[in-house]
Amino acid sequence: MSATIAARTSPAGPPSPRARIEDLATRHRSSAIVVGMLIIAVGLIVLPKIPPLSLIDREDPWYDTFANAGVYILLAMGLNVVVGLAGLLDLGYAAFFAIGSYTYAYSNSPFAGTDFPFLPMLLVGASVAAVFGIALGAPTLRLRGDYLAIMTLGFGEIVPIVFLNLDTWTLGTNGIGGIYRPDPLPLIGEFTPLTPFAYFILMVGIVTVAMILLYRMQDSRIGRAWNAIREDELAAAANGINTVTTKLLAFAIGATTAGLAGVFNASKLTIVSPEQFGFAVSFIVLAMVILGGMGNIWGVAVGAFIVYEIQVQGFKQLNKVVEGLAIPVLKDVNFTDYQYLLFGGALVLMMLFRPEGLFPSQRRRRELHIAEELAGPADDEIDVAAGAAMAGSLGATPGSGEDQPG
Amino acid sequence: MTVTVSTGASSSSFARALRITVYAIVAILIYLIVLWRALVLAGELRAGSTLLNAIVQALTRFDAVGNEFLAQALQQTVNALSIGAIYALIALGYTMVYGIIELINFAHGDIFMLGAFLSVVFIGGIMGHNEAVTDIALLTFLIGGALLFSMPIIGLLNVGIERLVYRPLRNAPRLAPLITAVGVSFILQNVALTVAGSGDRRAPQIFPDWKIAFGGAQISVLLIFIFILSLALMLALQAFVARTRLGRAMRATAQDREASALMGVDANQTIALTFLIGGMLAAVAGVVWGLRFGYVKFDLGFNSGLKAFTAAVLGGIGNITGAVLGGFIIGFIENLSASLGYARWSEFLVFMVLTFVLLFRPTGILGQHSGDRA
Repeated sequence: MSATIAARTSPAGPPSPRARIEDLATRHRSSAIVVGMLIIAVGLIVLPKIPPLSLIDREDPWYDTFANAGVYILLAMGLNVVVGLAGLLDLGYAAFFAIGSYTYAYSNSPFAGTDFPFLPMLLVGASVAAVFGIALGAPTLRLRGDYLAIMTLGFGEIVPIVFLNLDTWTLGTNGIGGIYRPDPLPLIGEFTPLTPFAYFILMVGIVTVAMILLYRMQDSRIGRAWNAIREDELAAAANGINTVTTKLLAFAIGATTAGLAGVFNASKLTIVSPEQFGFAVSFIVLAMVILGGMGNIWGVAVGAFIVYEIQVQGFKQLNKVVEGLAIPVLKDVNFTDYQYLLFGGALVLMMLFRPEGLFPSQRRRRELHIAEELAGPADDEIDVAAGAAMAGSLGATPGSGEDQPG
Repeated sequence: MTVTVSTGASSSSFARALRITVYAIVAILIYLIVLWRALVLAGELRAGSTLLNAIVQALTRFDAVGNEFLAQALQQTVNALSIGAIYALIALGYTMVYGIIELINFAHGDIFMLGAFLSVVFIGGIMGHNEAVTDIALLTFLIGGALLFSMPIIGLLNVGIERLVYRPLRNAPRLAPLITAVGVSFILQNVALTVAGSGDRRAPQIFPDWKIAFGGAQISVLLIFIFILSLALMLALQAFVARTRLGRAMRATAQDREASALMGVDANQTIALTFLIGGMLAAVAGVVWGLRFGYVKFDLGFNSGLKAFTAAVLGGIGNITGAVLGGFIIGFIENLSASLGYARWSEFLVFMVLTFVLLFRPTGILGQHSGDRA
């Protein structure tokens, strides 16, 4: 990694300040993440105190939404490992979120009768989810992309059904309530419904740690293996990558992150019930990953934050603005009702016009546009098809290497 | 992956039809007997006998009490055939689209759901109430009208979706059209949600409560009607794909799009035709769903769509006969679990079937083995 940076910067004489900062950030990525997250955290602490955010709502509700957005940032970063890095479309990701949440509910609630310390439980919830990630990953290893999508979709449906139907052990639709909040932590203080700020700070910590680990993984041998199997599984296997463990690891890491999010979510909401983990959650997290830019950890995190804030605050404000405008047709429209419609539309439009997302990773952008690059501006169908086929033989389009008609 | 249909000469196709009919009758009889004995077993268990005793009873009890269960099993088998027919109709759309462009059309279930809504709009618009119509002419007009109303609209909607969002992505990396299809599914679902609300909407149950007494059971004429209508459409589709010029174009495009394009087959037109037929069959499924279950709901397409997709995979995706077979098998599985009192586990069961099929025979029952795909 550092060798390529050196090659990129050396011949241009004295590097520009921007290049120097980028270079520094790449070399000391973990420190850069800590610094970046600190700046963002300070920004998020200050923003609600000043207009325009202070005009919309008081500080605490803002911190509350920031903390909740963190849950989705974790989910999106985890799904990004599976979909963005390893190229395995997982449509049942909410299942791992559910498993993390229920793990915490089973250990820290009146229903369970026990109250374990919170921080170790984060790890336990993450590990349990990881085990289920491997359990789901193992049977799907042989499946190709679209079959994998369906199978994960099935898994995502089965898990809430099981939690719903085994009502002796899960209390069915009512869910498990009265879950204990995290114990007071030094420097952060007590966790109560009245202190969303504490949750916010805790969330910043969790996201920072998760992000450092994910970046380290992405830049390691494992990350390169993920890239390789996404681009061409056969070629990756031929080059000595163990595709079985690599894919399983992607599932496990993705599930781990969802487990973290689940534990945090359960301890904050203090109730878990099956309908919190429906397909809509998997879908919205997928939308976050795609809008943010598959494969780019920062991009995905920012995408998740933006989408979540639009969901909980954006639509509400839009309603107020539209009501104020007093346009006859739009006046009674409640935009919150249309959110999934809008996100569905956004997903389709993104795929059509900017499949690499809003904040794409360089590699992903090239991958998604290589057919155009190779085929040039020609519209002719056969030419484009040939370009795609060529891209496939170059190992750039996932799956197309196996596209020989059966 | 090809849309496989035997193109053999008439003598062999007659023998084939005869063979399939015999297989089907045998399968239905086996299901009937299995369900009958399972009901006896469940009845014994409910009455408090031990498991061993119940099993012995299930294998040996053929007295009057045992025969009461036969009537129940008969009724449930007809039930299973009608719901299986609905799944088969939806599964055909999945399998044809997959056969021709290798896309899992997630939105197909929602196409079916919109078809159900349109039939409610049509029948409810004319009748406006929930009474059974015993006048056969009026009944024929209503059902025929609902079909003629929703089939073209839904078919063209499906073609429009293909033209607008799938065609531009035809040569994109695989994930792109798949994610797009998920997005389209969400759009359609939420359009229905905004227009019709989140609750169940009543579908006018115009079909009268006619029954045929048979073997001690009261068998609903509606269920038989659904089964025969669906079967007729499936046979028509089979004949269309096997015997017409357009059907041949579909098979050719499914086999090798570029080569068939070089032979003068218009790929775009053929793919549009596939979406049109798939959409129309889904619309038929929607109309009969409304008649059969008396309600429609915005998320109808999600669950039924998943089951129908499972049916398509089970039968061998890309294979028309396989989709029909899979549809009926899923109907049987769902019916078996419901008859034994485990209705809420039926989805779980269907997904387990999907998992096991994908694990051990990813090409499905009738699918051809083709290299390392799937």
